[in-house]
Amino acid sequence: MIPAAFEYSRATSVADAVNQLRTAGPEAKVIAGGQSLLPMMRLRLAQPGHLVDLNGIPDLDYVRVKDGSVQIGAMTRHATLVRSELLRANLPLLAEVAKEVGDPQVRTRGTIGGVMAHADAAGDYPTVALMLDAEIVTDRRRIPARDFFQHLFTTALEPDELVVEVDFPVSTGAHRYLKFRRRVFDWAIVAVGVQRLGDGWRVGITHAGPTAVRAHAVEDALRSGATPAEAAERASDGLNPNSDVHASSEFRLHLAQVLTRRALEQAA
Amino acid sequence: MAVSQLIGARVQRREDPRLITGHGRFIEDRLPVGLLHMAVVRSPHPHARILSIATEAAASAPGVRAVLVAKDFHAQLSGTMPVTPAFAPEKKYVPERFPIASDEVCFQGEPVAVVVADDRYLAADAAELVVVEYDPLPAVVDPEAAMVPGSPRAHVEGPDNIGWDMTFDGGDIEAAFARAEVTVSERIWQQRLAPTPMEPRGVLAEYSPYDERLTIWLSSQNPHFIRLFISGAMGIPESRVRVVAEDVGGGFGSKISPYPEDYLVPAAARILGRPVRWIETRTESVQTSYHGRGQVFTAEAAALRDGTLLGLRLTQVLDLGAYHGTFGAFQACACLMAGGVYRWAAVQGRTIGVLTNKVPTDPYRGAGRPEGTHLCERMVDRVAQEIGMDPAELRRKNFAREFPFSNNFGLVYDSGNYDGSLDKAMELVDYSGWRQRQAEGRQQGRLIGIGCSTWVEICGFGPSEATAGATGGIALVEAAQIRFLPSGSVAAYVGTHAQGQGHDTTFSQIVADTLGIPMEKVELRHGDTAEGPSFGYGTYGSRSLAVGGMALHKAAMVIRDKAQRLAGHMLEVSPDDLTFEQGTFSVKGDPSARKTIEEVALAAYGGKLPEGMEHGLEATSYFDPPNWVWPFGAHICVVEVDRETGAVQVHKYVAVDDCGNVINPMIVEGQLHGGIAQGISQALYEEVAYDQDSGLLLTGTMTDYLVPTMNEIPALTLDRTVTPSPTNPLGVKGIGEAGTIASSAAVINAISDALSPLGIHHVDMPASPDRLWKMIQEAES
Amino acid sequence: MAQLVRLTVNGSPRQEEVEPRLLLVHYLRERCGLTGTHVGCDTSQCGACTVLCNGQPVKSCSMLAVQAEGMAITTIEGLAPADGMHPLQTAFWEEHGLQCGFCTPGFIMAATALLAENPDPTDEEIGRGLEGNLCRCTGYVNIRRAVHKAAAAMREGAGAAAPMGG
Repeated sequence: MIPAAFEYSRATSVADAVNQLRTAGPEAKVIAGGQSLLPMMRLRLAQPGHLVDLNGIPDLDYVRVKDGSVQIGAMTRHATLVRSELLRANLPLLAEVAKEVGDPQVRTRGTIGGVMAHADAAGDYPTVALMLDAEIVTDRRRIPARDFFQHLFTTALEPDELVVEVDFPVSTGAHRYLKFRRRVFDWAIVAVGVQRLGDGWRVGITHAGPTAVRAHAVEDALRSGATPAEAAERASDGLNPNSDVHASSEFRLHLAQVLTRRALEQAA
Repeated sequence: MAVSQLIGARVQRREDPRLITGHGRFIEDRLPVGLLHMAVVRSPHPHARILSIATEAAASAPGVRAVLVAKDFHAQLSGTMPVTPAFAPEKKYVPERFPIASDEVCFQGEPVAVVVADDRYLAADAAELVVVEYDPLPAVVDPEAAMVPGSPRAHVEGPDNIGWDMTFDGGDIEAAFARAEVTVSERIWQQRLAPTPMEPRGVLAEYSPYDERLTIWLSSQNPHFIRLFISGAMGIPESRVRVVAEDVGGGFGSKISPYPEDYLVPAAARILGRPVRWIETRTESVQTSYHGRGQVFTAEAAALRDGTLLGLRLTQVLDLGAYHGTFGAFQACACLMAGGVYRWAAVQGRTIGVLTNKVPTDPYRGAGRPEGTHLCERMVDRVAQEIGMDPAELRRKNFAREFPFSNNFGLVYDSGNYDGSLDKAMELVDYSGWRQRQAEGRQQGRLIGIGCSTWVEICGFGPSEATAGATGGIALVEAAQIRFLPSGSVAAYVGTHAQGQGHDTTFSQIVADTLGIPMEKVELRHGDTAEGPSFGYGTYGSRSLAVGGMALHKAAMVIRDKAQRLAGHMLEVSPDDLTFEQGTFSVKGDPSARKTIEEVALAAYGGKLPEGMEHGLEATSYFDPPNWVWPFGAHICVVEVDRETGAVQVHKYVAVDDCGNVINPMIVEGQLHGGIAQGISQALYEEVAYDQDSGLLLTGTMTDYLVPTMNEIPALTLDRTVTPSPTNPLGVKGIGEAGTIASSAAVINAISDALSPLGIHHVDMPASPDRLWKMIQEAES
Repeated sequence: MAQLVRLTVNGSPRQEEVEPRLLLVHYLRERCGLTGTHVGCDTSQCGACTVLCNGQPVKSCSMLAVQAEGMAITTIEGLAPADGMHPLQTAFWEEHGLQCGFCTPGFIMAATALLAENPDPTDEEIGRGLEGNLCRCTGYVNIRRAVHKAAAAMREGAGAAAPMGG
């Protein structure tokens, strides 16, 4: 299928991109990796009047560690995250998650900034961002992940605001991300991430609602000495997942519990 | 007969060099000068009345050459789309189908208008500007609900939704059940599947008004039938229509029957006087390429406590969709094949075809035989479970062993050795070892299951007597033509066509061996109605080798006979005094007196022919098989179900199949791999889902319609037995559908076996984690 | 509004005006005449359109031609010189790794990228490396075999030629 026609411009810097977005008006949209946007445009579910391409902006593709945080440029590709030694040493959970995003071809193009801004309910990085209290750095401010993801496909970003970086705390403790899906390259039916951080656990759940959620109840239970199995029973607290052709709401709730327990048990 | 060099050998495929280097010739690769592009405007509703269609905005959009609606096509196309007359007189309501809707749309995706433009981007843009006003009507979604009197009708004009209702009686079913010591009953669902060849469909047509010639290129399994149908509809003599299918990127049955676009594209080309092309998008493919399966069975089996099978009674409710598929009735063969490889006192099958507001169903890989096998193998397992007998043992107790074997409906299985394949499969899979591991696993709460599927199928269609009635007068035989050219190379034509089955290779092996020439000298042609014999019958029902290959063999033998007569003349001996070996005719007792068949071929174009012999060395032959062929085998699958998540892991999959003599083992194994994968995929992944209330398609893209990747298909262990078919001279049987026919039952039997400690007897397809988890939950609570 | 794009396709530099919405796959097929790259879906699942961009695998149906600015694209036609075959092509042929052949160029391109990164992949690594490609004919059995065989041949140096432009 064929996307509807649009105007196209390449941004040469973040400021240029913001400027172009402002000039082009509300019909404009940025394109980063385009791995969600282009299929949606081909199905004509998205018909932006103008695309501002971020791929020509230098210096947004990096993984660096500074002051206890892992800073990742918005245009860093999944494939780069998979290969990054620095990431594996300082935030191995994210490296593990990156390996499970899409397929090799999607990972060549797709970017971490694009996943954040797109805010798909089944996106994997938002879960990691939420559970680790990451910050989304834009061209004008820093937004804590818990404030950034507002609803399905909806973030705190202004129409002309760009994600330029995502900052995670260095997290080298035991971790695991379990992604339950029918086929390996599918979006998660439900996924659960766990990360040992400081003296506690961080637990996040993917696709059990319109946005990723942080499983505070599980974290609290673990902190009060519950076993993984006991704590995992709290994983479905407050969740209200939808039903679709791949799974019912009840099954998603159940999976949230099972995967939480298994992730905690398997975390290394 | 020549000493065989090629038959039976793992010859690398001749098709491959172009395909692996990116030089295949698929329909979308053809871009003639002046090409226009068609986009189809389709109904978004499963059922609605069309109130108006406004085409003005689209017609004035950039690059648009025409916007056409039903009334434009009524001037071009006469009649209705074809439906096999099978089941007459029991056939009930057959709604007439025109390729494009006028007043009423009856499924989501039915064409209502087309846009033809200078390029496909502009055509897609303009298609969005066609404004159709609809008055939605109630949609009939569930076939069983559609049977209930008073149900909304799939067509407002229809008397009801019953397309056919027919009962096949195979023996005294009441008597069989009267003797029963145990009976089991089950309701077995066959979900709708989207065949999903990797290449979607496509049609390109060019009409020359000066000589009134029409050429159609399309992605098809069946070019000659398409020529027959389209020439009739367009009022062009069949002889002036040429249909060409070059490389076809998979078909699996979905490219047998004619589609609306097969008519609309040539008609648009005639209206516009320019070549016109339409290439199906995947979204259109999932929505409108004919689906397979879509059936619900209720079945009851009767047996004695010692495991003797007595009677099988079943009802097939088949979701026809909004129209009868051209060859959709074939799927009712599930009833005739439901007895499988066993001796039953009686089998009775009732088939009810029901109209609904969905895309029509039509043959998909196996078409009725997978459903029949699945049902039979499930019911046999249910009997075994009921009486506490090992399912393999129960199978052995009831196998047909005398061949030819006449089944309950008088169909005659030509040859078989069901014990042989089952024994071999049990050994390969380590059946007793797995039964032990299963028992140990159960102690620890693990859900391990072992499933057998001992299958037989009917394939190789013909014979003419049995098939003429089913196709409106054209019997399913096969035609071939072989031409020996003066310089010694051979052009061979056959009326089947390939969609990946490697016919070019397999058939060339046969021709080369039969004529005793190197394979490189054989040029195999198919897929173009302008070449070769006057008709071809296409590829489906695993018929190409057993019928088309035999037609080639027959033509080659005619050529050999003539060559032998000519060689005798050249060597001045009686033809009977010649032997033929490795392409050379030699005088018996004087091997130095010889002529190669190439020398004879040249002579056939020269002077000095024997009196009465015509020039040339070529033959056209039609092969009308005396019977179908009946491949069979045994598949065994071992699975483990994750009790917590319902996820299924296939530990082992073994298939021992028998398709008689094998021409090219490499290709046979490839066919089995792919076929088994599709059956496993039906068992575990695929389902076309519709919203039960709105009738809207829920699985409209490959994101939701789950074609598995490499990671979801387990390792497959194959072996075979060889029981030649007495039906044809080479002793071959079909193998294209075998894997699919056998495998869903093996997987589901294994899963049902795994869950049996929980009191679960039957699992429907696809056995998704969610479905299994719910069943386990219910069983445990 | 047409947009200038400059890129290299199978080693040949090209420069031309394209409509921004032109998908890379259509550019390759219809502008460059390289019809070995196929379109099998609308949603970036099937992988039949896989090509290499600067040596990395991408689905050319999910990339705009204008986004290939400055890149070196390798398609199936450019994988080996016209008179030869890449070890993967040879192995797919020898191992019967294709039937209808429609998905094959995409598989071979994805496998090329896999082997460039991992010259000796396990069964599982082949599965993950090719998880972005669907085949409906082969059941994948012989595709996996072909990749193993090509990997072995390339490790032994039998024509481990770098793809042109890659």
